[in-house]
Amino acid sequence: MDPITVIRSRTVVMPSTNIDTDQIVPARFLTTTTKEGLGKQLFADWRYDAAGQPKPDFILNRPEAVGCRVLVAGRNIGCGSSREHAPWALVDFGFQAVISAEIADIFRNNSLKNGLLPIIVDDETHAWLLANPGVEVEIDLVHASLKLPNDRSVSFPIDGFARHCLTHGVDELGYLLSQDAKIKAYESRRHA
Amino acid sequence: MSDPKTMFEKVWAAHEVLPQTADTPAVIFIDLHLTHEVTSPQAFAMLKSRGLKVRRPDLTLATMDHATPTRTEQVFGGAPISIESAAKQIRQLEVNCAEFGVELLGLQDSRRGIVHIIGPELGVTQPGKTIVCGDSHTSTHGAFGALAFGIGTTEVGHVMATQCLLQKKPKTFAIEVSGRLRPGVTPKDLILAIIGTVGVSGGTGYVFEYRGEAIRAMDMEQRMTICNMSIEAGARAGMIAPDEITFAYLKDKPRSPKAAAWDEAVAYWRTLATDEGATFDKTIEIDAASLEPMITYGTNPGMVVPISGRIPDRRGDAVFDAAMTYMGLTPGAPITAAPVNVVFIGSCTNGRLGDLQAAARVLKGQRVAPGVHMLVVPGSQEVKREAEQLGLHEIFKQAGAEWRESGCSMCLGMNGDTVAKGEYAVSTSNRNFEGRQGIGARTLLASPETAAASAIRGRVTDPREFII
Ligand code: SF4
Repeated sequence: MDPITVIRSRTVVMPSTNIDTDQIVPARFLTTTTKEGLGKQLFADWRYDAAGQPKPDFILNRPEAVGCRVLVAGRNIGCGSSREHAPWALVDFGFQAVISAEIADIFRNNSLKNGLLPIIVDDETHAWLLANPGVEVEIDLVHASLKLPNDRSVSFPIDGFARHCLTHGVDELGYLLSQDAKIKAYESRRHA
Repeated sequence: MSDPKTMFEKVWAAHEVLPQTADTPAVIFIDLHLTHEVTSPQAFAMLKSRGLKVRRPDLTLATMDHATPTRTEQVFGGAPISIESAAKQIRQLEVNCAEFGVELLGLQDSRRGIVHIIGPELGVTQPGKTIVCGDSHTSTHGAFGALAFGIGTTEVGHVMATQCLLQKKPKTFAIEVSGRLRPGVTPKDLILAIIGTVGVSGGTGYVFEYRGEAIRAMDMEQRMTICNMSIEAGARAGMIAPDEITFAYLKDKPRSPKAAAWDEAVAYWRTLATDEGATFDKTIEIDAASLEPMITYGTNPGMVVPISGRIPDRRGDAVFDAAMTYMGLTPGAPITAAPVNVVFIGSCTNGRLGDLQAAARVLKGQRVAPGVHMLVVPGSQEVKREAEQLGLHEIFKQAGAEWRESGCSMCLGMNGDTVAKGEYAVSTSNRNFEGRQGIGARTLLASPETAAASAIRGRVTDPREFII
């Protein structure tokens, strides 16, 4: 994975609370055996009409969404199914970060593993971002800070190890594989 | 004596290959990795591209359930699987398991079923184990006092390659359920009430431990229904302390320990329960005796009401308004006014023998209302055999329901079993999200008893009208 340090982009806002992973990628698209190409199916049931045509009012179909890399979502985005197809689809579509006041656990983990930054902000910042779609933000991963217009900035929590991996392009599996001796030692003392 | 510990802390500590530090997450050893056709192909592909092997095939077990058809002719009769991409995914799992030496309980295997149903049936789900699967309802296995949680496909690859996961230690949350459930009120109703109380994100970052009289009184199948839906409150895992009921369930299962190993295992399992005086990061209390049958009315499992109740009226709340528009229901109306087009009995929540028996008790000698399509799908081939030995399939068929081969079926719309756009389904599954059971499908989650009663009347019905 390429190292990620700074992301600058306008935001796209999807204010719904509890956007579950069945909305992000409906189950009928999960019969794929690859990761690629899921961006087409991102939010399929919200994005396309029954004839498969883009619904002009849906935010991701609107001209102002073109090129945006940061999704601001309502609370508890990513709840439900553990499908990693959800971050795969968001990344394939072009997103590099998701900002919310609350992000579901498994989705948050899955996002970190795919270079999609799950950014949790305080309620006040969240409300402001929801109310001001399209603002330019800068996510500084190295300093764990989110810069908003007018020189405001807020910090966000991010696991130190995940940040290290993302900013250095280090892969977590590589780290786990390097612990082989420790794993062997555990296996030999493990009961049963 | 050391500090009192919770069950979660004991199981976690016993699996630390490396403890968590300020800079690194813990490395946790995984005792059992369950896998299935939908969330594994990209993980196997990663192993292949990096030249890695499955480190512990002996701790890995694969089956197929999600995309798998439930029509007998497609499973056993040689008819083509109707969804081509699903057929391809199923073949891919066969190829991957053969190549990597992973045991697969495949399409026609008599031990196949929903991954969370067959683990306990085979006796590979055991107290004190760490169990993972690329599926959020892995929390089900926590009913045995295992630490069991869902993971994404990248992590599936990590476990395949190293039998370990990088994890940050979650917090603990006690759910104390006092009293006993009243007749006609089931574990499904209890867990729906818990989700309604905690909220759909209230458990984020926590591992639940379900405790108290009502939980202790439950059999293993019922405890699994409870732990299964922990994720619907945001918790990755839910646990219940193992006890004599747990041990009796596991005794003589095909893969549970035998002879001296059994005694040794039970002795260890007895040490797992939370110590007296151990503290949880959070606690709530629920009185089981105060509950009624519960049913959802909206588009997440926390939007739930007692069956004698009314849909709340929270017009002006964006989530509520969107849910009402999608569901086509009227705020303030009695939930029993909701129509029913489809009834689904099955899934890893309520697809075990006891669930089918409960539905059959309501349906015996009754007919499904005209125009209602009812589907009964056993959670595994083993459940199917046991149900048929008891003649339950005849009760369902005589009532006008369909009886299928096992699988996830209508729980999620990816295997050919779907609810049509705009139709109302009373379903014993676990998610009522928009489109979960098919594009535009409207799902009301309930117990097998409520689902069966609703099938008979053709509208949402209190099962206590049939069972006293
Ligand atoms: S029955 Fe439903 S919830 Fe359970 S594993 Fe299958 S799809 Fe997932």
